[in-house]
Amino acid sequence: MGGAAADADLGGIGTQLARLAERVDQDTALLRRGRILNASCLLIIGDASVLLRIVDGRIHDIRHGSLVTPSADFAISGDAAVWRRFLAASPPPGDHDLLAFVKRRELQVTGDLHPLMSHLLYWKGLFAHLRAEPTR
Amino acid sequence: MTAKIEPVVGRYLHLDYAGRHYRIYFETAGPEGAERRIPLVCLHTAGADGRQYRGLMNAASVTERFQVIAFDMPWHGKSSPPEGWQDEEYRLTADFYSGIVMAFIAALGLERPVVMGCSIGGRVVLHLGLRHPDAFRALIGLESSAHVDPYYDTSWLHRADVHGGEVAAGAVSGLVAPQAPPANRWETLWHYMQSGPGVFKGDLYFYGIDGDVRSELGRIDTKRCPLYLLTGEYDYSCTPEDTLAVARAVPGAKVTIMKELGHFPMSENPALFLSYLGPVLAEIDARG
Repeated sequence: MGGAAADADLGGIGTQLARLAERVDQDTALLRRGRILNASCLLIIGDASVLLRIVDGRIHDIRHGSLVTPSADFAISGDAAVWRRFLAASPPPGDHDLLAFVKRRELQVTGDLHPLMSHLLYWKGLFAHLRAEPTR
Repeated sequence: MTAKIEPVVGRYLHLDYAGRHYRIYFETAGPEGAERRIPLVCLHTAGADGRQYRGLMNAASVTERFQVIAFDMPWHGKSSPPEGWQDEEYRLTADFYSGIVMAFIAALGLERPVVMGCSIGGRVVLHLGLRHPDAFRALIGLESSAHVDPYYDTSWLHRADVHGGEVAAGAVSGLVAPQAPPANRWETLWHYMQSGPGVFKGDLYFYGIDGDVRSELGRIDTKRCPLYLLTGEYDYSCTPEDTLAVARAVPGAKVTIMKELGHFPMSENPALFLSYLGPVLAEIDARG
């Protein structure tokens, strides 16, 4: 899976996904915040899925494409158009934070939320790196 | 080396209220005694404390006309919880919140102050307007709503296997506008990181449940007590639409939606906030 079509399927974040591990590795504050975090997170973007595996705060593995029965600690799911708004470079008021989408029920968070809630600033920082221009 | 002392004075008030003894920390800025100006009592947000108002306290444009007073609610900041706290669950109620604000005002002998509160403070000013319509020169609600629907399970805010300060800061971080200067953003979050166990969660009992005032808004009489509402456009907890709904339900309420500000205007971007608050204070000052 690759190219523009795949990127569109991933809510337009294919390029940022490819650079996510590098960006996280360079973010020393984020690594410190996530230093004891070991977790997996499934991003469900319309019909596509991205499985992130975090080990000691670093991106250990990113899988996307035809994931068969992916297993994760928790999942965040929503329409591709919603993800595109959330991860826009400079989102407008109301589209600028994960919990804003959760409040409007546009993104759903399910599973074991302990890794998310115990490291909420970490995950928000990670999602900022999925934006074209991080605004964190 | 450079050094500077701010024109802010901190003191402790001992107050017996509703059968319990409280030691309440408060700060003031601006003239007292015969020189005293209009008292402006400032109420902090849930899970935070009066430090949120330090921008106002250091603004000469405000203190030349107003005496700014901010107190830490019991359980918050430097105001200790009452004796016996270790055996109970803290839950803020509308009755206690309204009552302790009035008790503080009476204890300091403040005559018809302006009360300005943010978030839960913006909610309680609506309760104060209902319960004590002749006690205030004006009420100012920042990020003021009549009700808020829950958007995460608040039990995450108080459990031994999650750091309360870290999760509280994470829960509110997106409520700060992206345009906030980083130093102000992170100081605002630091206040949340310092809250006592379960205090933020206990405050949200008022914000989400006990403080619901939707059915009573129509009884607020702005002829007896002017009501100003200011809300940041990036606030998705108390949204601009929530505040506009309050304004529609309270005849005479004056509303301002503030650009490039979020849920903590006074601490996340004090200079920008003052540009919005200044005309409101000038109007109150002119009315006398």
